[in-house]
Amino acid sequence: MLPPVEEIKTHLESLLPGLTLTVESGALIVPPGQLLSVCRTLKDSERFRLDYLSNLAAADYPPERIEVVYHLCSMAQKHGPVTLKVKLPRENTAVASVVPVWRGAEFQEREAYDLYGVKFEGHPDLRRILMWDEFEGYPMRKDYKHEDQDA
Amino acid sequence: MAENPGAAVDEGVRSELQKQGVYLTTWDGLVNWGRSNSVWPMQFGLACCAIEMIASAASRFDIARFGSEIFRASPRQADLMIVAGTVTKKMAPQVVRLYNQMPEPKYVISMGACATSGGPFHKGYNVLKGVDRYIPVDVYIAGCPPTPQSLLDGLIRLQEQLRTRSLPAEVAKKKGEYTIPAYGPRGLEPKSNPEVWNPSMAATPANLTNPAAGPA
Repeated sequence: MLPPVEEIKTHLESLLPGLTLTVESGALIVPPGQLLSVCRTLKDSERFRLDYLSNLAAADYPPERIEVVYHLCSMAQKHGPVTLKVKLPRENTAVASVVPVWRGAEFQEREAYDLYGVKFEGHPDLRRILMWDEFEGYPMRKDYKHEDQDA
Repeated sequence: MAENPGAAVDEGVRSELQKQGVYLTTWDGLVNWGRSNSVWPMQFGLACCAIEMIASAASRFDIARFGSEIFRASPRQADLMIVAGTVTKKMAPQVVRLYNQMPEPKYVISMGACATSGGPFHKGYNVLKGVDRYIPVDVYIAGCPPTPQSLLDGLIRLQEQLRTRSLPAEVAKKKGEYTIPAYGPRGLEPKSNPEVWNPSMAATPANLTNPAAGPA
């Protein structure tokens, strides 16, 4: 059974001094600077064993922020998903890459970079994955103006 | 025998002769009979329309009844390009390149809403608003996706067109290679090929106004 999110929060805060998490509608809001240590702790923890990143997505909330959402599951403990969210300012969307923790994040981070412009620091190969290399801008951002093909 | 526009001999006389085992036709009539009943499509699909195209080739709908069961895996051996699905901007140059690689005479069926106009992605950032912006289309099929019956209807309409065309005239006016669009910072460049498309063909609100409704 999936442990209550409050228990995960308490567990993390006891293991990582200086960390403050908040809970918003069942999701843990993680400060961007501590994302990597939170992820490593959740993966290595005997209790939770969140060894599988089932989904990584971005969402645009103009004018101030872009969120990156992580859904974590455990193959070993057969529970999940646990939702993590990172809130980033729109003008500086740098956040640590979780590829060193879950290898499967590589293409999903490339997609979030391609469409939302989230800069994943430490990603082994951060380039566009859906749009072509010459493309400019991040088309899934809500202020993106696409070309008029009839003009 | 199909329509035979060049035949100088009266239909009744021809029918009488046929009963005696003498067949009269024209070169165009013979060629068109052959090519309209052996249209080989190219084996490629772009989206969900391809599933309906595959169903058309399978036993229930059996496109072989119309001589088009041989889906060729090479453009060099294909007569017909069935653009079955969404043409994304990223895919469009490859579609035009494949079309260029097909030998003359060649035909195009634009299958479904996406290939024809962009369909549900018409207002999106990544989809071509109709494959007819870069290559000439012979038959458009409506539907999202069109049923196998619609695709077969489209094929039959193409065959009807072929039976009234003249192969030498068709080959004489062939254009050679069509411009392959390049990837630009926001979309494809050029946005369309003026040889096959002009902006008055665009599905814009002004062009879609119903003239039958008249002024208010």
